[in-house]
Amino acid sequence: MNRRTVLAITTGAALLLAACTGTGGSSKGAEAKAPDDPSEVSGTITVLTHRTDLVQDGTMKAYAAEFGRTYPKVKVEFDAVTDYEGEVKIRMNTENYGDVLMIPGVIEKKDYPRFFASLGTPAERSKKYRFTDYTTVDGKVYGQSPLGAVPGFIYNKKVWQRAGITDWPTTPDEFLADLKAIKSRTDSVPYYTNFKDMWPLTQWTQVNGSVSCDEQATTRLAEGDPWAEGADLRTADTLLYDIVREGLVEKDPTTTNWEASKPRIAKGEIATMWLGSWAVIQMRGAAEQAGADPDDIGFMPFPVQRNGKFCAVALPDYNQAVNIHSEHKEAARAWLDWFTDKSGYAADNLALSPLKDAPLPDVLAPYEEQGVELLDLDDTKGAEVKAIDNRSEVGINKPDYRQDLVDLARGATKGSLDDFLAGLAKKWTDTQASLGS
Amino acid sequence: MTDTTEKAAAPPAPGPAVPGPAPAPRTARLWRGATPWLFLLAPLTLLIVFTYAPIANMVAYSFTDWDGVSPELHYTGAGNYTELFTRSDLFEVFWVSGYYLAASVVQIVAALYFATVLSFNVRFRNFFKGVLFFPYLINGVAIGFVFLYFFQDGGTLDSVLSLFGVHTDRAWLGTPASANTSLAAVSVWRYLGLNFVLFLGAIQSIPGELYEAAELDGANRRHQFRHIIAPGIKPVLSLTVILSISGSLSVFEIPYIMTGGATGTETFVIQTVKLAFQFNKTGLASAAAVVLLLIVLAVTWVQRRLVPDDKVDLV
Repeated sequence: MNRRTVLAITTGAALLLAACTGTGGSSKGAEAKAPDDPSEVSGTITVLTHRTDLVQDGTMKAYAAEFGRTYPKVKVEFDAVTDYEGEVKIRMNTENYGDVLMIPGVIEKKDYPRFFASLGTPAERSKKYRFTDYTTVDGKVYGQSPLGAVPGFIYNKKVWQRAGITDWPTTPDEFLADLKAIKSRTDSVPYYTNFKDMWPLTQWTQVNGSVSCDEQATTRLAEGDPWAEGADLRTADTLLYDIVREGLVEKDPTTTNWEASKPRIAKGEIATMWLGSWAVIQMRGAAEQAGADPDDIGFMPFPVQRNGKFCAVALPDYNQAVNIHSEHKEAARAWLDWFTDKSGYAADNLALSPLKDAPLPDVLAPYEEQGVELLDLDDTKGAEVKAIDNRSEVGINKPDYRQDLVDLARGATKGSLDDFLAGLAKKWTDTQASLGS
Repeated sequence: MTDTTEKAAAPPAPGPAVPGPAPAPRTARLWRGATPWLFLLAPLTLLIVFTYAPIANMVAYSFTDWDGVSPELHYTGAGNYTELFTRSDLFEVFWVSGYYLAASVVQIVAALYFATVLSFNVRFRNFFKGVLFFPYLINGVAIGFVFLYFFQDGGTLDSVLSLFGVHTDRAWLGTPASANTSLAAVSVWRYLGLNFVLFLGAIQSIPGELYEAAELDGANRRHQFRHIIAPGIKPVLSLTVILSISGSLSVFEIPYIMTGGATGTETFVIQTVKLAFQFNKTGLASAAAVVLLLIVLAVTWVQRRLVPDDKVDLV
């Protein structure tokens, strides 16, 4: 074989492979109907889940056994995936990605009808369930989150009390002053960034909606400048910047450790972290293991008030969906509905129930007492926001820009906050313009 | 089945050891021609399936706007390459490679030094060889985690330093310069062993009589190194330099695990991975990977031109 033939073969192979890459997508618009008679549905279904912990400790199996009482002919198997996002994304290039799965974040909304069977219309589903429009495409709903969470500050009550603080701060300045009091009066780290593990920093984006107290906050991300004066993200990023700038964080953010941070907040070595209501159960668990009092773990909203009231947003977890290629769509749908409505999964996780008429979890009892308003964000423009985010490479749900922000604040890189946010705003609005045209 | 056995039995017949005027039958000759290829079948299949096919696929993707999962992808021509070359910020990360280049100079010099010393008769020779080579055997992910603890505030490095009365109060991964230096130091620690083994092998292939002769002529160790060892291992040395340069341009594992590219430690490969898996620009990322491949090939080519691989002639 001389050199030219080798070249020709390689090029040929490249073209051939290129031709092979456009696969799938022929079956579109299938529906997963809820079964009429539970005793009639049958089949073995595989459920993909990111909750490896619950599969290992047998909790999921217990749910499946409970499910089996109502649906005796359906067998449920679990496939726990550690690197859920990365692995499922690749599996979704084939038809074999379980019968029920959590929709990975990378799947674009417009592609939902190609990958998942529809669960019904938003009109009928939104009567009963929260988070319907997060998975609505062209008048059909494709997923349902089995639980919801409310973003907020996890804090150690004892430490805050020891610093002499009794009320929740109501402005960012007050919050900063409180952290300073913690720094001067206690040995605790006032705020822990979890810089190294990255994803905790992305949680700051969930402030969106809490500042403006507006259900259309996501729409305004898609259409306006998220870093305009007074906008939600600007307020959040400025607070984070100030916290770091004032030295109210751990000494070396670059070597933080998420797993180790849980017992540390439980023991009061760390005073505060911005996470979400979902984290409370983990922190309480860590408190028990560390021999601390689980009731010390408190939860408070973002320090901004509108008309004398705090606002907090309700956000879905991963949305559960039925694989469009599943051979047992009815059984899969049965599991999805049962898991959402009857399993008690949300309550077991101290999380917000996706059922609109369900009571708030205990974790949020202080919210109820203080009259914190709970918002359901309108996610109609969610897909646009994601598109702008990826196209502009800003990454509001990726850690990079917040890591840069923290670096800037602690002086590891040079520049001013205004320039930094203006740069983000420029990338964002330029992309908006190019996508709009 | 019988057919195969017949064929398999045939080849010994026409061997040179067997006398006989009859030329080998056609099938046997064909069979003999095919034998090396049959042996090569397994490695070649592996090579094509796991190296060349993915590269071809990557090149194909680099001309599309694929997002990595959507069944829909469009041909965009050279669009990705145009974007790549019109965005200078994408190439700024190559400055980070400078740290690793500088580190590889240190690495080569140190490896050469240790290889030379340990090629002579030294006490605990094999023990030191083991110590130097050991880091290379450890999984890169494990190394990343170990060194995270090492550089932590109050971690191993700080405690060791305080044993010597040095109390540094610094975050080793805190600023871009110090983080990159620390990471480059880790990669020296990791790859020193490989370079060392390559050099040691080359040095030991030099015939021992040469040293004896040199010693008789009154050459000391330094002379021996300059006139025997250095020219003797030149091909291996130039290979190591090529490997170091291409390695510095495509650093990935250690910074990705330890800092994830934060605080100015992002390298070109990390950036490519982020483009592909964070921003779902698989097409653009493939183009970036192709460009990196071309850069590495070009650097290698230039280097081969500058330092031609001439034959070693010691005598």
